[in-house]
Amino acid sequence: MLKYVIKRILMIIPVVLAVSFIVFFIMDFVPSDPAVTALGDGATEEQLEYYRETHGLNDPLVVRYVRYMGGILHGDMGTSYANNQQVWDLFFAKFPNTLRLAVASVVVTVVLSIPLGVIAAVKENTWVDTVCSTLSFIGLAMPNFWLGLLLIMLFAVNLGLLPSTGADGFASLILPAITCGTGNMAALTRITRSSMLDVLKQDYLRTARAKGQSESKIITHHAFKNAQIPVVTQIGIQMSTLIGGAVLTERVFAWPGVGAFLVDSIQKSDFEVVTGFVIMLAIFVSIVLLIVDVLYAFMDPRIKAQYARS
Amino acid sequence: MKLNGKNGKSDTNLEQIREKTDLAVSVENLVVHYETSSETVEAVNSISFSLKKKRTLGLVGETGAGKTTAMLALMNMVPNPPGRIIEGEIRVNGLDMRKLTPAQLQHVRGSEIAMIFQDPMTSLNPVLTIGEQIGESILLHRNISKAEALKETQKLLERVGIDPERYGEYPHQFSGGMRQRVGIAIALACNPSVLIADEPTSALDVTIQAQILQMMRKLKEENDTSMILITHDLGVVAEMCDDVAVMYAGHIVEYGTLEEVFNKTKHPYTEGLFNSLPNINNRVEKLQPIQGLMPDPANLPKGCAFAERCPYASEACRENPPETHSFSDTHLAACTAYQDPDFRIGRNK
Ligand SMILES: Nc1ncnc2c1ncn2[C@@H]1O[C@H](COP(=O)(O)OP(=O)(O)OP(=O)(O)O)[C@@H](O)[C@H]1O
Ligand SMILES: [Mg+2]
Repeated sequence: MLKYVIKRILMIIPVVLAVSFIVFFIMDFVPSDPAVTALGDGATEEQLEYYRETHGLNDPLVVRYVRYMGGILHGDMGTSYANNQQVWDLFFAKFPNTLRLAVASVVVTVVLSIPLGVIAAVKENTWVDTVCSTLSFIGLAMPNFWLGLLLIMLFAVNLGLLPSTGADGFASLILPAITCGTGNMAALTRITRSSMLDVLKQDYLRTARAKGQSESKIITHHAFKNAQIPVVTQIGIQMSTLIGGAVLTERVFAWPGVGAFLVDSIQKSDFEVVTGFVIMLAIFVSIVLLIVDVLYAFMDPRIKAQYARS
Repeated sequence: MKLNGKNGKSDTNLEQIREKTDLAVSVENLVVHYETSSETVEAVNSISFSLKKKRTLGLVGETGAGKTTAMLALMNMVPNPPGRIIEGEIRVNGLDMRKLTPAQLQHVRGSEIAMIFQDPMTSLNPVLTIGEQIGESILLHRNISKAEALKETQKLLERVGIDPERYGEYPHQFSGGMRQRVGIAIALACNPSVLIADEPTSALDVTIQAQILQMMRKLKEENDTSMILITHDLGVVAEMCDDVAVMYAGHIVEYGTLEEVFNKTKHPYTEGLFNSLPNINNRVEKLQPIQGLMPDPANLPKGCAFAERCPYASEACRENPPETHSFSDTHLAACTAYQDPDFRIGRNK
């Protein structure tokens, strides 16, 4: 098992190398000059050339790439062209906010979707099933920015209960997490439902029933344990997407996360920031997927045995 | 695993509604259908039988005859939807299974009546250890601690011939025969007085089959269990059973003691079953399988379901449902041909 985890951690390295090279390569094609970004439109050609020379921008792509990757190993991802701050520092100023919002959103999604999906499966093809599925779609049907504004109007402006913007303590997390989390409900509810439907047909539930086990325990103890893997996979996918930033939600609530900042940086052609952020995000997404893989082993002894063999 | 308080003996009041009887099981006119939007499968069509205490009833019949469905009905466990018990009275140890509340049913299942399922590869939960799955029964029905339940589990494992130290392993770590033993241990965990064994050995090879049957007989005798044994194998019936019910297309077509059904066979279908057995002493002789197939239970004929395949069938057989004739207090056959008092089947084995 430990061997498997180590192997999986090592597999993150080629992923990061590939992602970083692709980002580097694409950024090289973008018809925009970092020197102009840094010095502004008023700079003379000499000043620009001096900037390019001192920042190594004139070196060939591969040289710049190797130098850049060497820097990362020391926690140096260069400085933002736009505001001269260290990219590393910028990332770790924003990322905790993103992570908090991502985790809170996933919690909202999970707490709502799993019961809905389980109930829908147990009551398959009845009105209860229809109600559960419809409820799960509400979040998807309402665009994030619209739901966000609605919640702000209700809870922040009218009732004055919760802050409308910023990342300031638990209270400020509630509205963004609801906005973001409900949007993912439909997918997770559907996967929970279909995974449970598969399991509910299985013979071993009959065995449990024949022992005299209660229906509720059969569902929670016997069936759901077997339905978890697709559910956790979907949660992992949603988590990865959220780590990349929930741009709309961040915009609406002025949430200081990586998503909105990354979009701004792309617009400003702040290449150092874009490259650094994308690489760091690739690393964190890989970690999430690794955690999901390891969780499989705890949910299914057959997978654990497979990991032990590999 | 938690002790389920609802199942505690105190609040199920079973003794007040239990009728005095010396029958372990009695079933009257049981009808079970599976109803889907496109068709109605008439899986069990008005069967009646009973099982006396400490005896073993063999239930034989080809695939799709409704054996498993009838036994699930006995535990009031027909999967709904699509299955539904349409009518009939089912009594287990004097309890009317169709009138029990869910809590009462949970109490009876596992402790008074238990079932060993057909396919050992799919009837165990793959993500729980075998110890958890056996211990679950014990914890549900007996007021003991987890540590004591573990000891009981290990004792059970030993009784069914599995190393008790393997209680922490998962089903995928066991062979089919071993899993069937686990299934038996689960069913026996609370010494049920009625045990249903649904083809407990048909997924296993012959040597393991013999071991498992021998073990089941020993356990049954130790605990004074009454048993219903479903099997395709007439040899197993001869070996294990006191009484025999032959099922065909959801009907019991012949019912009697082992001696009556085997030596005084009355129903042409039972005859066909015996005639289709290979004869080891005379291997040049050709097999004589019953020609044709059992009718689709979603589309049963209006007359006798066996008529199409029956060498004695007359027009009357195709037109009307078969009449039941009794040949002794215990021996019944559902066959119209016995209207003619001189009718004899021509069993040749
Ligand atoms: N869940 C179900 N839904 C619909 N039809 C079913 C269901 N379960 C069983 N049936 C049908 O009911 C009939 C009786 O099935 P049952 O499993 O009781 O037969 P069986 O005698 O146990 O057969 P086997 O020897 O193959 O186990 C069959 O035609 C089967 O297709
Ligand atoms: Mg069956």
